Amino acid sequence: MSTATSRFTLLDDALTHELTATLDGTQVRLAADDVRATLGWTLEERGLCRGDVCIPVRDGAQDLRRDGIDLDELARLLGRPLALDVPARCAALGTAASERAAGLASLEAPDFTLPDLDGRLHSLRDQRGKKVLLVAYASW
Amino acid sequence: MYEELREHDFVVITVALDRGADARPFIEAAAPTHPSLIDEAHRLAELYHILNVPTLVWIDERGRIVRPSDAQYGTDTFTEFHGKRSGPYLELVRNWVARGEGALAPDDARRLQLAPDPDAQRARTERALAWYLHQRGDAEAAERHFARACELAPLDWTIRRGSMPVRGQNPFGPEFFELARAGAPEYPMEAVTPTREKPRAL
Repeated sequence: MSTATSRFTLLDDALTHELTATLDGTQVRLAADDVRATLGWTLEERGLCRGDVCIPVRDGAQDLRRDGIDLDELARLLGRPLALDVPARCAALGTAASERAAGLASLEAPDFTLPDLDGRLHSLRDQRGKKVLLVAYASW
Repeated sequence: MYEELREHDFVVITVALDRGADARPFIEAAAPTHPSLIDEAHRLAELYHILNVPTLVWIDERGRIVRPSDAQYGTDTFTEFHGKRSGPYLELVRNWVARGEGALAPDDARRLQLAPDPDAQRARTERALAWYLHQRGDAEAAERHFARACELAPLDWTIRRGSMPVRGQNPFGPEFFELARAGAPEYPMEAVTPTREKPRAL
């Protein structure tokens, strides 16, 4: 099977990262340096680490390490959903259901920043001190 | 209603889960004085686990959710279809803003919240990738992931119906009627908020 090194786009919630990846069939391996620079995770003796947090890596250690970090394995270890399109050289890492559910259960209203029609940005936190009626609607 | 209640520390934030061009005529016609925002990427749907429109959430002065996602209406234009009246809901909002009534206790707010399951989050991730690819001009790749998102979350109308305009489908056409036959998503709050003409049995 042929392998190729190419630029790869990784959507990380609202952020968009560009990384170097090795593609082999449906397998995507991300350059370890790029993973550290964009997502903040490093492969160490103790496991996959970011700051004080380390996720132990047992079975998949070899897969994870070879020619970079296997994207599928990375998503699995982080417990995050992955949407992948190899031909488009693009993937998205989402938020785990457990994390979203815990966030909502805290009753802390998630902050957001969105534009109005003129492109001016507004955040929920700008309205602290007021009661807010948040209304999602659509033309459809 | 916003104008009537502005004297209180109260604000309405409307968020269109739409492309800007699709939302523009509605916003220009309404000319709102409150923040009226555009959410092309469906960030709000992701953050609040929104399944359909309209969805309303009450947030208090400290930024706490005191009445979680609910599907209610500001007018009676479509009461015939959804069976909900706007009057009692607007009265609830007035009482909350003016007198602080109707905010739920934290345990009740939690109990009446809808939490996403893993497939729902996978669907949102597929949708995020689809929207990115669409914006990049890669319609063919985008379609693969819009379709996958719809398979994963068959009852999430922000994904199924909300992606129709982008996918070249008519959100008021045959694809929508097929979707509607399968049933609309429902929030736990809808069983609690007393706006139905004929309250549905629990």
